[in-house]
Amino acid sequence: MKKIRMDMVLSHSSDVVSREIDGALIIVPLTSGVGDMEDDLFSMNETGTEIWNMLDGTKTVQEVVEALTQLYRAEPDEIGQDVAGIITELLKRRMLVEATAA
Amino acid sequence: MKENTYVVKKDWNSYPLWKGEGPPADHLDIELTERCNNACIHCCINRPAGDKRSRARELDTTAWQGILRQAAELGVMTVRFTGGEPLLRNDFPELYLFARHLGLKVLLFTNATLITPQIADLLAAILPLEEIEISVYGMRRESYEAVTGVDGSYAGFRNGVHCLLDRKIPFVVKGTLLPPNKKEMAEFAAWAATNPRMDSPPAYAMFFDMRGRRDSADKNSRIRRLRISPEEGLEILTRHPDSYRKEMSEFFEKFLSPPSDRLFTCGIGPGCVDAYGVFQPCLSLRHPALTFNLNKGALKEAVGSGFSRLKEMRATNPLYLERCARCFLRGFCEQCPAKSWSEHGTLDTPVEYFCRVAHAQARFLGLVMEEEQAWEVRDSEERIQNLKRRVTAL
Repeated sequence: MKKIRMDMVLSHSSDVVSREIDGALIIVPLTSGVGDMEDDLFSMNETGTEIWNMLDGTKTVQEVVEALTQLYRAEPDEIGQDVAGIITELLKRRMLVEATAA
Repeated sequence: MKENTYVVKKDWNSYPLWKGEGPPADHLDIELTERCNNACIHCCINRPAGDKRSRARELDTTAWQGILRQAAELGVMTVRFTGGEPLLRNDFPELYLFARHLGLKVLLFTNATLITPQIADLLAAILPLEEIEISVYGMRRESYEAVTGVDGSYAGFRNGVHCLLDRKIPFVVKGTLLPPNKKEMAEFAAWAATNPRMDSPPAYAMFFDMRGRRDSADKNSRIRRLRISPEEGLEILTRHPDSYRKEMSEFFEKFLSPPSDRLFTCGIGPGCVDAYGVFQPCLSLRHPALTFNLNKGALKEAVGSGFSRLKEMRATNPLYLERCARCFLRGFCEQCPAKSWSEHGTLDTPVEYFCRVAHAQARFLGLVMEEEQAWEVRDSEERIQNLKRRVTAL
């Protein structure tokens, strides 16, 4: 499992595409191995969607945490845990890649 | 920021994607071409592969991309690429990739003869997310090509299937029951069962439709001769009588709608765009009064206004009103405006063949007695309950 660093720049993997339908973000696999089955589909909760949209290959993880801390007026540690949680999950499913390595 | 399940895997088929009523269509049929490299004796649509006039009229790549984009914006999740033979189009790979990169699932209907290693590599690299559906016309060269009328088509089909199997690309097969291949049913079923994706015996096309374009009296007359008789069709449908009764009992309980003069008993749709950019309510219904030219307007307009209008349409044909509008088998019988259109050129003329097919099945199930007509039945609900009780006791 890749260790998450605060200076990492992440972007959406070319193995998936995301669509917004009626306000819900849906992640649709393009290649095999993203889901457990070929036709799995994924949706994001509200927090997940916010973070997904920020992981656009231009910001470090640190910058995403700072932006969300301001947006939600929450403790950086709490936001940091959320961001680390979703990034771990998305990296595990190959939905995110390191921008520099893409 | 207190939630912690960020990414949720969803069952694609049952997940309520939409908070409100949902999009006007979640599925769209795309008839990429009416041309086919086979010339099947029973087919309701095929134009010759080299038909220059059809080819010249077909939408080009850019126009299809525009329609696919509109479909995705409307919330469509799945597009079915069909035809004719959709793989006849040289731009199939481009259109397929375009659809998938829009986040659309692609359901491919094909005869498999044009699945080359290159096409199979593409389907393996970028999954369609729907099982490919392959029509099979025979298990031997003689029978297969007696149906398709094309030398080498059997080898093409076998090669195409091999390419998919080699790459573990999911597909299912469907049979077409015709005089040349009737004796091969057991062989076909045994072969189909070796495909891990086939979790039930293969379905057969046998109650054939007339040509939706109403373009050839000769071909329609041949199709009529090739249709299986209602009695023989019943024998095939009831090969496993208990499971047939169970399935039908569930169907009657869930889907039967009360007799009515409303023309459309189906859910209407999902909508189809033909090879030339004309939107029609479904694959078979090409009545000009019900179509919408997408070269002159948007898909949203076609889907929105078209479907709501259809729901209100009522039959006026006296024979339809006397029979179909009073019949409790309405939702079960294949009679519909599309069948009426292809058979008679109207929307509300009863199609005798489908009426006989429905009655044969209903008699087997004990819902209609010998010599009785379903529109004369007054205690249909009680009969359906009796069927349910018999099935429960099995």
